[in-house]
Formats: sequence, C-alpha cells, structure tokens
Amino acid sequence: MGNVPTTVKHCLSYEQLIEDYPWLRRWLQEDKTITGHAYPEFVKIVEVGPRDGLQNEKEIVPTGVKIQLIDMLSGTGLSVIEATSFVSSKWVPQMADHTDVLRGIQKASNVQYPVLTPNLQGFQDAVAAGATEVAVFGSASETFSKKNINCSVDESMLRFEEVINAAKKRQIPVRGYVSCALGCPHEGHIEPSKVAEVAKRLYEMGCYEISLGDTIGIGTPGSMLKMLQRVMKDVPINALAVHCHDTYGQALPNILTALQMGVSVVDSAVAGLGGCPYAQGSSGNVSTEDVLYMLHGMGIETGVNIAKVIEAGSFICSALSRKTNSKVAQARSTACCDASL
Amino acid sequence: MATVMKLVHRNALTSLMGQHCLSFSSAAAHRAAGVRAAQAFPGKVKIVEVGPRDGLQNEKTLVPTEAKIKLINMLSESGLSVIEATSFVSPKWVPQMADQVEVMKGISRKPGVTYQVLTPNLQGFQAAVKAGAPEVAIFGAASELFSKKNINCSVDESLQRFDEVMKAAKEAGVPVRGYVSCVIGCPYEGKVAPEKVAHVAKRLYSMGCYEISLGDTIGVGTPGSMTKMLEAVIKEVPVSALAVHCHDTYGQALANILVALQMGISVVDSSVAGLGGCPYAQGASGNVSTEDVVYMLHGLGIQTGVDLSKLMDAGAFICQTLNRKTSSKVAQAACKL
Repeated sequence: MGNVPTTVKHCLSYEQLIEDYPWLRRWLQEDKTITGHAYPEFVKIVEVGPRDGLQNEKEIVPTGVKIQLIDMLSGTGLSVIEATSFVSSKWVPQMADHTDVLRGIQKASNVQYPVLTPNLQGFQDAVAAGATEVAVFGSASETFSKKNINCSVDESMLRFEEVINAAKKRQIPVRGYVSCALGCPHEGHIEPSKVAEVAKRLYEMGCYEISLGDTIGIGTPGSMLKMLQRVMKDVPINALAVHCHDTYGQALPNILTALQMGVSVVDSAVAGLGGCPYAQGSSGNVSTEDVLYMLHGMGIETGVNIAKVIEAGSFICSALSRKTNSKVAQARSTACCDASL
Repeated sequence: MATVMKLVHRNALTSLMGQHCLSFSSAAAHRAAGVRAAQAFPGKVKIVEVGPRDGLQNEKTLVPTEAKIKLINMLSESGLSVIEATSFVSPKWVPQMADQVEVMKGISRKPGVTYQVLTPNLQGFQAAVKAGAPEVAIFGAASELFSKKNINCSVDESLQRFDEVMKAAKEAGVPVRGYVSCVIGCPYEGKVAPEKVAHVAKRLYSMGCYEISLGDTIGVGTPGSMTKMLEAVIKEVPVSALAVHCHDTYGQALANILVALQMGISVVDSSVAGLGGCPYAQGASGNVSTEDVVYMLHGLGIQTGVDLSKLMDAGAFICQTLNRKTSSKVAQAACKL
C-alpha cells in the first residue's frame, strides 16, 4: 500500500502521469498537437447571424429574406442556427417578425433553431410559435444590465429562472449567455470572478451551455485566458462556448486561446453580420467563414461546408446592400487564382 | 501496487489505468491545458514596421516625398525600433519608391531606431549605402514559380545575386535582413512545402543574414500550416533569428502570430494602418496592422516599447494623405467609442 500515494498522485496530476508513463500520451491521442497544444477534434459552430447579426444591422430585413437566409444556412452543415428573438418589437424592431420567421423556415432535422427569450412572456410566445430551444442573456456587468434591460443582474436571474423552470417542464433546452465577459462599455474591466459567478448561476439553474460573450470585442488572448481559467473552476469546460466580437481584430486569436483551453463551441455570424452598437461603424460579430477557415486549416472538423456559408453570406450582403465583413469571403471573391489551401 | 503493475501485461494495464486516469484526470487535464495555453510567450517582442516600404509599395496612390518623410518621423516617435524606410529598386518597376534617396536623406533619424531599406541587387545596395542606409534587406522566395514571375529568375539564381550583396555588405559592415516570401502558399504553385522554406531560410542565414523574416505573402496560412512550416524552419535556423511577416488577407494574421509567439518567435513584421493591399486578390487586405498586433501583444503583457496612441496618430495621418480608411480594427474602434 506504500504506492497508493503514487496512484493518487497520478490521478490528481495529469502532468505527473504523463511524465511517469510517456506511452500513455499516444494512447490518449495527445499526439495530435500543434505547438504542444491539444486542440479539440471537433468544434460546434453556433451560427448567430440571423439573430445577433441582423439585430445589429440598421436596415430592416424583410421576413422572406430572413427565412431564405436561414434556409440557406440550414443546408451548410451547421447544426445550430439562432433564428430570431422573442423580444418586444418596440425595443428591437428587426425582430418584430419573430413568429413568422420561426413558422416560415424549413427546419432541417439535424439542426437546432434556438430563439432568444428574455422573459416568460417571450418564452410562451416562442413555444406557441414552435420553438424547441431557447436562450437567455445574463450580464457580468451591473451597469450594462441596468442600461440594457433595466434591471440588476440578480433581478435578471430571477426572470430567467422563470423561463428556465417553464422550459424544464416542457423539456425545452435552454442556452445561457453571459455578456461583457471581457469588458463593459460602461464599467470597463470586468473581474473574471463576476463572469464565473453569473455563468455558474445560469448553469446551476439549468442552462445546458453557457456562451461567454466579449460584447465589445475588447478582449485579447491574455484576458480571455484569465477569464476562462476562472470560469472553468465553476462550470465544466464542455458546457462552455465563446462568443467573440472582432471590434479590435482580436476574435480569432481569442478563439484560438479558448480552443487551447479545451473550449469546443464557438459562436459566429455569417459574413460578420452585426456591427458594434458601442463603436459606430466598427465590426461586431466574428465571421463564420473566417472561423471555419482557421478551424479547417488546423484539421479541426466542424461538419460545415465553407463554400455554402460564403454563398449564404453573399446573399444576405446583397439583400442588405453592404459588403461582407468576412476576409475569407472578400479574398475568395477577388483572388486572381484560387490560392487558398 | 507497483509490484502488481510490473507483473501485469502492459497492454492490459494500459486500458485499465487509462480508463481510471481518464475519469480522475479529465479535470486535471483541463487544468493542464490551461497551464499550457498560458505558458511560453516571450516577455518582449520586436516589431518591424514595414508600412513605409511594403505598405506604401502596394498602395495605388503615389505618396509625396514629404508625406513619406513625415510618416517615418511620426513612426520614429512612437517607440518602434525598426522601420523599413524605402526600397532601392528601379523606379521603372516600383514608381512609389522612386524617391528613395530623398526619403533616406530627409528623415530625422532617431537614435535607437534602425532604418532598413530593400536592396534587390548590388547596384541597389551601393545606392543605398551612398544615401546613408545603415541596414539593408534582401528577398528570397520559397516558390520557384513566384521567383520566376516576380524577379525573372529561379530561387537559386536569386540567391546567387544576393551573394554579391552579402559580400559587399560584409565589407561595409552593414547588417542584412533576409525575407522569404510564399512560406505557406504561392499564388501560382499553391501549397509550399515547409522543407523548401527551411532550405531557403537556411541559405539566407548561412550567407550571413542576421534575421530571416518568413512571409505568408498571400495570407493563406492558418495556425495549422504556420506551425508545420515553423517546425521545419526551426530545425535549420535558430528561433531567435526568425521573424514572421503575416498577411491578413484571410483574416488569419493575428492567430498565426499568436502560434508563432508560442513557438518562440519574438520578432513580428506589421504595417501601420494595415497599409498595402494584396496584389493577388484585388480589394482584399494585405499586411497585418501594427496597431492590432500591438493591441494583442500588450493585452498579453508582452512589451513592445510602442506607444499605441502615437502609432494610431501616424496611421491616421497616412490614411488621410492616401484618402483611404484604415485597415486597423483597433484604429477604427478606438476613434468611435
């Protein structure tokens, strides 16, 4: 029994285990590393273009166009497409046609179409319209919560608890979002412990996945790392997703950092739809095309056909009379030769 | 316990132990992943500012000499330690660089800042030295087709041309920086073998270049291909002598720079305001913006010596002169918040 401590030591310290039994690395498939980092073999993309993206576009998009966009995205291999938001049309006119959109789309059998439900009323409307998955938004910043939804973080959690309880009764999964995870337009720096606290609450209330949002895109790999290290203490890594904004051009390195930490769910928006409401004219959501290009280039599977996403992006940009924010889409459309690998 | 482990067959032990340790250690493994992600960034990174040369060379509008001089002076004040000032190439080929001598003579040289110039051949080198250039740079390609189409000779022939420049530079005591273009992909050949990149990098280094900048000329690289290429090159050239020159044509530059840093690279080329589009994808971006690189590095706690707001001033100035929007997302966001 003198060696029990060794076994315990191995079970507690992965590094010690690998040091003492180097052949285990191959068995545990640690060989597939890049720069000594193990990356997930598969990453799930959560496409937020039709909701988060369009919500932040000035031009009101006709219902038929929204439906066509979602139908095109349904054919790309994406498994999750955030379709619309059951929020009051007084606050978000772009989402006024939420019921028509949800009823009008052709739901592919292997695709989930979560919808935002900020309160119980929204949830009930969503269910009546056929929603099979919903999402709630919490904030890691008190000031942002007050300015955005006119209540404190705690008060918002109570609202969401109602939604989550109602959803549980109907066995409808709920995804949780935490905004301002890396910074707030009003408060500035946000403590990772606050992000962890909100994430933990949402998870314990019953959200199956928590998407950590860098709402103003201010994060860098440095702050992303610190935040995730803290949140991972309270929420299992396989229940975490990252929702990075590209306002400061940092989205892809931030996503890369998250992948290195074991996160395997990434939110993005086709064509990088949706500017930043806090920095007029700046970009917001990271482009799905650019994320896919990076992941595929790293040998990470997504199940998504990038060419079809580019087509969907081209369609919606044409409808919005705007240029794509995706650098991959821009390069592919003007390259003198198909040099992309 | 140890005695039992020695007696049992290794394979049987593997699966038992593995299962146990997988379940116990998944939490530990994730913590380890966190540790690995956090490790191994250099404490300092040297930025090589290529805006005035590589950037402007790829801008259609011809910039007046005074504006170039003012740009370089503003960049000198921002804390950058290396600025690629101009190119001693024939004005017939690159009209933007026709005022090379006036620029070199006109700039205010700040102590502690190195002003590099491109010298494609011996004649260019001699003109550069005459104009007071303290450091020069030469360009090789990792793709044969690119070399032929770009400078009308094979890779080997181009390296022989540079031999002359190297010898003259050694005699004059002038340091030489080497560039390798098309290190991930070529607009003509497609994928470029990492071994070819390593071969050219090694040749330039053996010839006497103190630093080799590896350029993803068409920006097609990703952290996957970047890593494979760097692994091959690091076998032949010490990592402390390597730099990365990433283009942002496919939006991958910062992610590629991040993995390069994790592999020990501590010199990064970039261009203020992301000057210089991609000649192979019209309208697409080219050089990565210095502002965006510095923002990322500072966010990682990595020192660069650069004052971001002075850098953004320089970027704003040159964009105004060129009558174009900045390609830097940091610059776009910072002035609108």
